[in-house]
Amino acid sequence: MRGDAGFPVRVRFTKRGKVRFISHRDVARAFERAFRIEQLPLAFTQGFSPRPKVSFGLALSVGYESEAEYLDVELEHELHVDALPAALSAALPEGIDVLAAAPLADRAPALQESVTAVDYEVVVEHGDGGALDVADVRRLVDAALAAETLQATRRRKGRDVVDDVRPLVRAVDVLGPDEHGVRLHLSLATQPSSIRPGEVVAAFGDLTETRVLRTRQWIERGGARLEPLEVDPRPRAIEVRAS
Amino acid sequence: MPSLWPRIEPLLARVEKPARYIGMERGSLQPVHRHDRAAWLLVYPDTYEIGLPNQGLQILYEILNERDDAVAERSYAPWHDLETELRRASVPLFSVDTHRSASEFDVLAFNLSAELVYTNLLNCLDLAGVPVRADRRRPEHPLVIAGGHCTYNPEPLADFVDAFVLGDGEEVVGEITEVVAAWKRSGRTARDGVLRELATITGVYVPSMYDVAYDGPALVSVTPRFPDVPERVEKRTVADLAEWPYPKNQLVPLVEVVHDRLNVEIFRGCTRGCRFCQAGMITRPVRERPAEQVRTMVREGLRRTGYDEVALTSLSSADFSGIDDVVGDLVNDQDGCGNVSLSLPSLRVDAFTVGIASEIQKVRRTGLTFAPEAGTWRLRQVINKLIREEDLYSAVDGAYSQGWRRVKLYFLVGLPTETDEDTLGIAQLASNVVEIGRGHTKQASCTVSVGGFVPKPHTPFQWFGQNGVAELGRKISLLRGELRGSRAQVRWHDPAATFVEGIASRGDRRVGAVIERVWRAGGTFQEWSEHFELSRWLDAMAAEGLDPDWYVTRHRHGDEVLPWDHISAGLHRDFLWQDWQDALKAHGLPDCRWTPCYDCGVCTDYALEHVVASPVPPAGGSQGTGQDLGTGHVVPVELRPRVREAARAR
Repeated sequence: MRGDAGFPVRVRFTKRGKVRFISHRDVARAFERAFRIEQLPLAFTQGFSPRPKVSFGLALSVGYESEAEYLDVELEHELHVDALPAALSAALPEGIDVLAAAPLADRAPALQESVTAVDYEVVVEHGDGGALDVADVRRLVDAALAAETLQATRRRKGRDVVDDVRPLVRAVDVLGPDEHGVRLHLSLATQPSSIRPGEVVAAFGDLTETRVLRTRQWIERGGARLEPLEVDPRPRAIEVRAS
Repeated sequence: MPSLWPRIEPLLARVEKPARYIGMERGSLQPVHRHDRAAWLLVYPDTYEIGLPNQGLQILYEILNERDDAVAERSYAPWHDLETELRRASVPLFSVDTHRSASEFDVLAFNLSAELVYTNLLNCLDLAGVPVRADRRRPEHPLVIAGGHCTYNPEPLADFVDAFVLGDGEEVVGEITEVVAAWKRSGRTARDGVLRELATITGVYVPSMYDVAYDGPALVSVTPRFPDVPERVEKRTVADLAEWPYPKNQLVPLVEVVHDRLNVEIFRGCTRGCRFCQAGMITRPVRERPAEQVRTMVREGLRRTGYDEVALTSLSSADFSGIDDVVGDLVNDQDGCGNVSLSLPSLRVDAFTVGIASEIQKVRRTGLTFAPEAGTWRLRQVINKLIREEDLYSAVDGAYSQGWRRVKLYFLVGLPTETDEDTLGIAQLASNVVEIGRGHTKQASCTVSVGGFVPKPHTPFQWFGQNGVAELGRKISLLRGELRGSRAQVRWHDPAATFVEGIASRGDRRVGAVIERVWRAGGTFQEWSEHFELSRWLDAMAAEGLDPDWYVTRHRHGDEVLPWDHISAGLHRDFLWQDWQDALKAHGLPDCRWTPCYDCGVCTDYALEHVVASPVPPAGGSQGTGQDLGTGHVVPVELRPRVREAARAR
């Protein structure tokens, strides 16, 4: 997807507020339009029906918010990326703000494969909508994490599948009360397959998520946890020509 | 702040496609409501995906919000899942712009583009907390207004809508605003006063100001109750499209919708004179937008929206004067816009058209659609869709030879004078088309799309008795049988839905009670086949003591009072009757854009003229003119000389 001719860029953006109700695909289309509105030169695939070279990371469920979404895009030629965040944000719907952009090395591994962990803040309420206090949630979480397995019902290709998801749960912190319930911090692995935070809290007990905010995504390489914008940077262009 | 968003938000987590309800489209507004501004809620009574692209609604949204004395927001029919949640949580219908309750607006203005949405209009009113029957409404309730093509027979909705608006809305919407804003400033007193005032605006029909008399099943008269209320309500027509370059900020939805592209209207009206086509009859005369303005609107629209596709819309886009130049310029001038594709909906059937299509679709040549509408030349003369077989064959030959592999053909069945020979003629055309395609590519395919014909008010076929469900079904089976095993695929519209469309299209005021019964029985979203049930309609007709066949399949007499006789699209009744008689004799009628006026009534009565840049018809086809313009051959159709009748029955 990333050719040598173009100029690949990785972008971090948010998805907050009402716009959290649009789908992953809708976000992709909004970005394509934003690039055109700002007359930024998107590179296109060759062939019968050319597509812009844009690739997204891990999908975010409809209704979840995020402070850490990423996409890789290839532009036709090099440009200063400093102006990109403000320009794109102006052309994107309210709630999608581009926070930063970084030039990416040619043929950098795709976000989908690179990202290995994701952090969330989740507000939970009792499954039947009843009262819930912090101590109840702590008890459920502690019991769940102490057990050897954590059976979660996951929706896979339209079917419910029960799986042990304990290996995917890195850490859970009960942060305290929130006006909509109790606030948790979840750190989840995304490989070999990712799990929705809603499926994790439901596995803890009779809990339902009311708000979910993705706070970070991580690429773990060589024992280090890295922000995706810092990974695979494009080498500075140096004119070295051996004759 | 009266936003309902905090109450709506938790419900959206439980519904399909919640983004239908969030607004936030590029181009959308957050208007500031004030005591001295008439607040309009523009409602499209179908799903967001179908309603959002509606250009009429978007035009009014902009024009109203540009005014000092008005604000406008939008709403769409909530799908069943959200409706259930709204009712359970006692949350009313809301606007998608500021998420304000529909009941807080002064006007609920519905766009009526199709009859099968009528029950949705009632449902939206009910969800808004507004009594569905106009006579139950009190001053605190909003005024209920409706516009769009269906209002040319407003009677089936007369019990539910306070005022109908006929024709182009650009100008009349301001006149209505002035009346409503004054009513609002005065503290929204009795409704009668404001409705009476609205009834005096040209183009506005207030059904409660008219008495209806029947003699048994027959309608005798619809007469105004007051001297200042007009006997006939005339449509509104914008004389010059150049003065209305709207929408200037076309809305860009966040979710995929139908016609998801920049749409630029290149002309309004059509005088091809296809006798089945209500749109062509009620939107006369032809008013072209200046080519330069089209170019500007395309350029600026693409830049503003970020779309990569633009459609040049009209009822027959290849008829735009100098369309080839405009298309050529747009295809070649795309600096800064990236890969933009262009589409021309509603293309004529001829080689010229295919030439344009190949100009604009350099890549992605997948499918091309033509609408011959009828299977034989005889029947095409009856309906005045004067496409010769040679036109069709040269068009599809051009298409296949230039890389298209799939051709789609649109036909109507149940047309006046139709015989099985005509129906089988469809199969013959389709087979020949496939044969031509096979000469170019092994993958050539042809889809035949068949709709049941519904006679519409204000057309020459308004007197014709529609084919019943069984007869349409028989003809579709006949066609399917004939094409079984061939490479032509047949798709068809449900004859039962066509029948109900017939009830609503030519119904009178008594049909209102039927619509209400169907709505109360849960019959919303009737244009969605999974929610449509003919029995609901037939049960409701029976409960009201109405005979469906009297409304649908019966041929009307020439001297019969029609339910829409007090509504005028400018077409003289004697013109329509004469055209109906000509149809029965298979006489064609030329396009008056390029031939002498035959006085249908519109231009003469409204002091209007065609606004057409080119004095001669486009080259390359005969359609609509009956003349072989490509080669100058003998005129293949017997053209009846138009003689003005001395006495006009009005």
